[in-house]
Amino acid sequence: MAAVVKLEDIHRIYDSGEVKVHAVRGVNLELHKGEFMAVMGASGSGKSTLMNTLGCLDRPTSGRYLLDGVDIAGLDRNELADLRNEKLGFVFQGFNLLSRTTALENVELPMLYGRRRVSSHDMQARAEHCLEIVGLAARADHFPSQLSGGQQQRVAIARALVNHPQVLLADEPTGNLDSKTAVEVMGVFQKLNDQGITIVMVTHELDIARYCRRNLIMRDGRVVSDVQVTDRLIAEVELRKLHEAEAAAKLTA
Amino acid sequence: MRLRSTLTVSFRALRRNVLRSLLTALGIIVGVGAVIAMVSIGSGAKSMVEAQIASLGENVLLVFSGSFNQGGARSGAFGAGTLTVEDAEAIKREVITVVGVSPEVRTSAQILANGLNWTTQILGEGADYVTIRAWPLSDGAMFSDADVRSVGKVCVIGQTIATQLFPEGNVVGQTLRIKAQPFKVVGVLAAKGLSVQGQDQDDLVIVPYTSAMRRVSKQTMLRSISIQASSPETMTLAQNDIIALLRQRHRTAEGSDDFTVRSQVEIAQAATATADTMTGLLGAVAGVSLIVGGIGIMNIMLVSVTERTREIGIRLAVGAHGREIQLQFLTESIVLSALGGSVGILAGIGVSELVSQLKGWPTLVSPVAVVVAFFFSAAVGMIFGYYPARKASLLDPIDALRYE
Repeated sequence: MAAVVKLEDIHRIYDSGEVKVHAVRGVNLELHKGEFMAVMGASGSGKSTLMNTLGCLDRPTSGRYLLDGVDIAGLDRNELADLRNEKLGFVFQGFNLLSRTTALENVELPMLYGRRRVSSHDMQARAEHCLEIVGLAARADHFPSQLSGGQQQRVAIARALVNHPQVLLADEPTGNLDSKTAVEVMGVFQKLNDQGITIVMVTHELDIARYCRRNLIMRDGRVVSDVQVTDRLIAEVELRKLHEAEAAAKLTA
Repeated sequence: MRLRSTLTVSFRALRRNVLRSLLTALGIIVGVGAVIAMVSIGSGAKSMVEAQIASLGENVLLVFSGSFNQGGARSGAFGAGTLTVEDAEAIKREVITVVGVSPEVRTSAQILANGLNWTTQILGEGADYVTIRAWPLSDGAMFSDADVRSVGKVCVIGQTIATQLFPEGNVVGQTLRIKAQPFKVVGVLAAKGLSVQGQDQDDLVIVPYTSAMRRVSKQTMLRSISIQASSPETMTLAQNDIIALLRQRHRTAEGSDDFTVRSQVEIAQAATATADTMTGLLGAVAGVSLIVGGIGIMNIMLVSVTERTREIGIRLAVGAHGREIQLQFLTESIVLSALGGSVGILAGIGVSELVSQLKGWPTLVSPVAVVVAFFFSAAVGMIFGYYPARKASLLDPIDALRYE
């Protein structure tokens, strides 16, 4: 089966005039459908640059990037935008929802920029469906300020799903969440992955990386480790453990 | 099509902060409102003045003593008095394009009748006066040339005099006293109402000029001469002939004339010139405020773009084209200014209606001005919104997403 994502000898050099920063130095990577990969590394390791490249937000200085078989080198700014719209979904650390807009309207956003016209009725239906998948159908008309951090992130995930992307890209999705909510959100990701959605996630927390299936470690712009996760954590299990611990604490306190 | 969603996105964005949108549009509202109000009031005032001038009569030329020097200052106008009755008779005799001549003197005096008194303006005119002025009579008739020749003690009165001194009616045939002399009323003038300056035009008594000069005020010189030309086409010819004739009689030359001949058209132009200048000036001021309003829009749009850098980053990340971001912000500023313009037009019409009610001036709201004002305000939004919109479209998504 062809790889969804194929990176061949990717280099990215930032040339700001005075200093040249070689952020990514020769990364080769293949990602297949249904994979769940965590990219880890210290700050400056090049993981953010790698994500930007994967997300078609940035072009590599050299090397090839094939997304779903399409070489992005030949695409212009607008074609890359269309590619992002149709093949990719983004989840950010800061949620990045539009503030004075309802959850439903937030989820509809990618459809407004789609190439194919979608009727407002269909847009609403698809958005509601995605909110259901993440368990927030009841809060479709809430504003982000009325939602908790975990709920906001789940709305962001629903938004990332609405155009049926090939790959979901998440940049430190649990960074702004407390540990329990973080596990809940990882549970959503695991559920989506079980349904066949390919996910790439940047994280610096080892615990969170254990919820994924594949761990990539980067250092100084290179991939230094690329292993399958052996002692994988399952969110449901971990949540149950937390719940029991809480209950026990209440009984004794 | 993506255009519809752009409009949706823009309206949603404006709706998110209604107060700010309103305050931003305020400059445009005031600018457009001021333009519409000024132009409407100005047009109304001008039309009223023009109507007043038109009511002077048809093909009217006025000769009065005194002259205007280069700077427009008047020297010895009306007062010094260099026009004579002989001048008027000469004009009637020798200028063929003239069909009516009325020498004029003026004074004010107290008149008595029926035990009532009233102080009013006494006009001494020729028999042609009411024809020249196209002023019909509601009762009776104007006095005749014979009355003028015989220095007759007859008069024609305005409606106000009729109401004040002869409240029971039946005015024609009655007598009133001017300077202790009895004058028989032979006619009553039709009502004319208030002048532009607010004077009662029906508050006057007209007697033959000969009677006025000999019996009422003892003047020897005329205040002015009203002349009627045969047709609009002959007016210029008549004007030139009269000037030539008077120069010959007064032995003056161009630049040193002691009299002035003005046509009705020139009088109208002079009167409306001031109104035009005022309207133009006010319009320019209002135009400046429109530009300031536009700068206000540009300012807020720039702030808005900076504030929403993150949002722009998200839109770019989920697939917006640079052009669409540009269109979104441009649409927002055009919608803002067009809505402001619409509100301004309504406000301007409201203000001009208010003025019209309070001051009694007519106002003419020109549909052309409304349409121009609307498109101008939309254009202001387009011009002043372009730069911020372009700036937004050129943002790099990665930097934008990182923006604090």
